[in-house]
Amino acid sequence: MSAAAERAAETRPALLDVRNLRIEFPTRRGTLVAIDGVSFSIAPGEVLGVVGESGAGKSLTGAAIIGLLEPPGRIASGEIRLDGRRIDDLPYDAMRKIRGRRIGAIFQDPLTSLNPLYSIGSQLTETIRTHLDMSEGAARARAIDLLREVGIPSPERRIDHFPHQFSGGMRQRVVIALAICANPQLIIADEPTTALDVSIQAQIISLLKRLCRDHGTAVMLVTHDMGVIAETADRVAVMYAGRIAEIGPVAEVIHAPKHPYTVGLMGSIPSIVDDRERLVQIDGAMPRLNAIPRGCAFNPRCARAFDRCRSERPELVDVGVVRAACWLYADAGANAHAQPRAGVAT
Amino acid sequence: MSGRGAGGAAAVPARATVAGAVELVRAERIGKTFDVSAPWLTRTLGRQPRLLLRAVDDVTFGIRRGETLGLVGESGCGKSTVARLVVGLYQLTSGTITYDGKNIDALASGRAGRVLRRRLQMIFQDPYASLNPRWRVADIVAEPIRAHRLLRGRRAVHARVDALLAQVGLAAADGARYPHQFSGGQRQRISIARALASEPEFLVCDEPTSALDVSVQAQVLNLMRDLQRELGLTYLFISHNLAVVHHIADRVGVMYLGRIVEIAGKRQLFAAPRHPYTRMLLDAIPDLELTGKARTPVAGEVPSPLDPPPGCAFHPRCPLADDRCRREVPLLKSVPGTSGAGEGGEVACHAVEEGRDGRAAKGGGEGRGVASVRAG
Repeated sequence: MSAAAERAAETRPALLDVRNLRIEFPTRRGTLVAIDGVSFSIAPGEVLGVVGESGAGKSLTGAAIIGLLEPPGRIASGEIRLDGRRIDDLPYDAMRKIRGRRIGAIFQDPLTSLNPLYSIGSQLTETIRTHLDMSEGAARARAIDLLREVGIPSPERRIDHFPHQFSGGMRQRVVIALAICANPQLIIADEPTTALDVSIQAQIISLLKRLCRDHGTAVMLVTHDMGVIAETADRVAVMYAGRIAEIGPVAEVIHAPKHPYTVGLMGSIPSIVDDRERLVQIDGAMPRLNAIPRGCAFNPRCARAFDRCRSERPELVDVGVVRAACWLYADAGANAHAQPRAGVAT
Repeated sequence: MSGRGAGGAAAVPARATVAGAVELVRAERIGKTFDVSAPWLTRTLGRQPRLLLRAVDDVTFGIRRGETLGLVGESGCGKSTVARLVVGLYQLTSGTITYDGKNIDALASGRAGRVLRRRLQMIFQDPYASLNPRWRVADIVAEPIRAHRLLRGRRAVHARVDALLAQVGLAAADGARYPHQFSGGQRQRISIARALASEPEFLVCDEPTSALDVSVQAQVLNLMRDLQRELGLTYLFISHNLAVVHHIADRVGVMYLGRIVEIAGKRQLFAAPRHPYTRMLLDAIPDLELTGKARTPVAGEVPSPLDPPPGCAFHPRCPLADDRCRREVPLLKSVPGTSGAGEGGEVACHAVEEGRDGRAAKGGGEGRGVASVRAG
């Protein structure tokens, strides 16, 4: 581990620090390890994208940070620190005070994040008054300001409407207003644009970016859409089968991916700017949790796998400015420049 | 092609420009209206009017043999309804669809319908809902063979199923398993094998990769490309994802609120989009090239199809809208100034027609879309 090196690379001290997180699901047929040894940090005001395919463990990581892991899932080891203080072992009530106040959350489906029986105004003022010491009137005024800030037209009138009276894009704006209403330092956004049409998606992304810039909020943006990451994130972590395969600055990971999985993933995305006869294809599928292969979890699908990949689990090592968990880079640095984006060019 | 409106007539030279290609499917001013009124009693007691939803309105397109036509648009634009109309799952409210010169109304019944149905098949979006969970994969794939009595004898059917499974990249042994034992991508392969079982010429694909992860999507798209080349298939490919359509289609139609607003060859549409809505959609795609190109998200949302705006349905969101746009529905017309592209594009926009989009003089050859993205 060269955690110190990574911290040095980031000039700012970490707001969120996740170390060696391991999440397990005990079942009758044995324990499934869904997240295994995941470490990363987010600096204040930074947007960290977490990308991966279904089942890679990206949403689970987010849920663990806000203390919403569904039982029987549990944090088996590792620690999560917010501003230097451990939050993974807090009792329920203490965590409730942090959730919403210091860490906000935005989920994929805005309809399930809102209570259909209450007007959005009462949901907003309730949340505001739970976390901030405010009178009913002041909270309502703040709620109207928030709705205006997230771009809802005529908020004075709309505040008394119910969730079903809003369109999908407008609902997601309300959810964002709820997430930022207590000025949290960190927002966990889990697929915030996946349920939306492209034109609405563009509106929501630019809204998120503007809010983070204005308020200095850090964001952990969980998505399967590399395009959204490219537009929004400063750094990106690529997850595969419960581990981070590669993490680094977004431009570096997209243009010069190091881990063979990232190379394949980038090549498999169709684009409107190039004309390719075939997309890069990673054969097979991500392993199930009960059948994660020995060594590197990606080795059965990796064209460049060799003996060591099949027996030993690689840890993240520095490769230039990114960190990758791949034995190709065992002699980090020396090998770093010899890995062009061969797969992507075809 | 008689009896077409002034706007439709312009489509004829466009088709004539491609040498020797035979049109396999032709949709002629098709429309579909759904009755979404409340039940009769509620309506009578509550004095509510009948509610009609025009899901597809005056849509015309042709698909040449061996070609892929992509249809893109946001949710509720009517693209999936078009797919279902083309395979005869919905009855047309107006217009006609001809398949190889024959009217597909015949799909519904009779011997001719049976013959026609064999030649066109559909692949659905959700591979979890479109396969019978109680059937083994071999039975699912064999069903079209049995239904159309294409082969006689258990052994022959069995051999054909094995060959089909191999063709889509599955093992023969997979035939004995049930759909739940497969991942999403594998299920979509099963759907494709089933669609191919009746040896069709034409496949309607309704968002076939939308439920899949990108790496699996790449596998399925590659497979569809390979099959098209091997079997000479013709595709109607419906998707909300512009990049996927760009990858797979030869020509692309853009739909908005039940109408095609622009249809053109892929290169032309993506390099030099003309309709303001097409330009907005292309601008809205997240930029993987990291050029830092400023995206200008267009304000507003798709209006309710129950109460579409008068005139051009896009006018409330359109920067070029004027009085005529608010009054008069624009018809698809071939675009002047798109010469030499080899494929005529058609646009339904008053501003483009009148040259108010500030683009006509320059010609459609160079587009801001690609040019600005490539600059990085």
